[in-house]
Amino acid sequence: MSKDECKQVVLDIIAEIAPDEELSDVKPEVALREQLDLDSMDFLDIVMELRKKHGIEVPESEYGQLVSLDSCAEYLTPKFNALV
Amino acid sequence: MELSRIVITGVGLTAPNGNSLSEFRSNLLNGIAGISRTEIRYMGEVLAGICDFDPLRYQKKKELRVGTRAGSISIYCSREALKDSGVDIESINRDRVGIYVGITEHGNVETENEIHNISQFDYDTKFWTHHHNPRTVANNPAGEASLNLKVTGPAYTIGAACAAGNLGVVHALQMLQIGEVDFAIAGGVSESIHTFGIFAGFKSQGALADHADPNKASRPFDADRNGIVVSEGGALYTLERLEDAQARDAKIYGEIAGYHVNSDATDYVLPNPERQTQCMRAALKKANLAPNDIHIVNTHATATPMGDIQECQAIAEVFADCPDTYVNNTKGFIGHAMGAAGALELAGNLPAFEDRIVHPSINVDSLDPKCAIPNLVLNQSIEAKRVDAILNNSFGMLGINSALIVKSFLD
Repeated sequence: MSKDECKQVVLDIIAEIAPDEELSDVKPEVALREQLDLDSMDFLDIVMELRKKHGIEVPESEYGQLVSLDSCAEYLTPKFNALV
Repeated sequence: MELSRIVITGVGLTAPNGNSLSEFRSNLLNGIAGISRTEIRYMGEVLAGICDFDPLRYQKKKELRVGTRAGSISIYCSREALKDSGVDIESINRDRVGIYVGITEHGNVETENEIHNISQFDYDTKFWTHHHNPRTVANNPAGEASLNLKVTGPAYTIGAACAAGNLGVVHALQMLQIGEVDFAIAGGVSESIHTFGIFAGFKSQGALADHADPNKASRPFDADRNGIVVSEGGALYTLERLEDAQARDAKIYGEIAGYHVNSDATDYVLPNPERQTQCMRAALKKANLAPNDIHIVNTHATATPMGDIQECQAIAEVFADCPDTYVNNTKGFIGHAMGAAGALELAGNLPAFEDRIVHPSINVDSLDPKCAIPNLVLNQSIEAKRVDAILNNSFGMLGINSALIVKSFLD
């Protein structure tokens, strides 16, 4: 999986948990919470969906890695690639 | 101590046959029911009363995903009642607003959904949602309305089985009278059709209705009745002290004249007509009304074989020799809306203060002789000489009884 593909996976999850948000111009380098109406419960939903849909575990101490699309891709892409 | 008079100034509702009071009333007068077939997990096809209000009128999609159906129903009914009352919630002191929502049960739907969810993952509880607790706390339906309306006064539910819709209103009356709040939103809601357990429980009890035609399945007082049709729905009222309502020149639907709540203390599920009789008489006494001052008695009758007979016995005893007292029932149209039932059924009769029309109990093809009490309004509406007061019965499991009396507002 490429980092761009990983970002799309994250965006697809956000589209489900924040269905009112416009996601077409999310800036990958900017914190998600600065540009979208997401709260801490929503981030728990992102973690849950990664677990349920993709078998990816994000330990609580590493939740900070999910701050932006870029950081998500940096952190999650190796995890996705380790699955296969 | 002279207690303030409490009046109803707004109505918001969703029923299986209407999403506003005018639509609901019109369907009750025209014999239009709202029961349909639906698929439910583990049970397959069941009959249910399903509401089709638009939840996105007052909520975002994310709020629907995070919250509960009962919360959505509360929000819709609260907002509709406020709109009807003419009160701009943002212009009043929201510390002084109370939200009191009657519920039969809450949390079964969400718990069942989560168990189903983790069943897809070999029952590993790490897949259990963090939304479970805020969804299942007993105050959820009222709490979601407080979040939506930014109401910072007391907001909680009243658990009272199927008497809960009346009890929400009773509790609001009490809180207004003792000065805890200045404005109340109250009634009852139910989301029970979204869990199999309610249906399966009634079926195991031999109390779940079945009929080839869904709209004929709920048939209180009919000789061939065979049980309850479970429904969702809600009805919430805005309630105010009379002086406050008059100060803002509010439309007044009626005045809460009296009420009573008691308990059978005899059985988990079987009703007790002696206590029902006591309950209605105590409500009349509090209202300072005689039985013949009541012109409509709305029955709780759910179309179970024994329950209907026992309520009819109680009514026949309390309202003996009352030629102007009519008796009707709403469940033939909408099924049993559980925690919403009392509040919805009262709403269906409120317009009778203006038009004097008593809506019928429908689906009574062959009246059970044991339910044949005087002035039972069957299948066709009738026009009463006058409608000055309505007594609304709602009873529930574990033997809770409630009778709420609303009278036409006369200054």
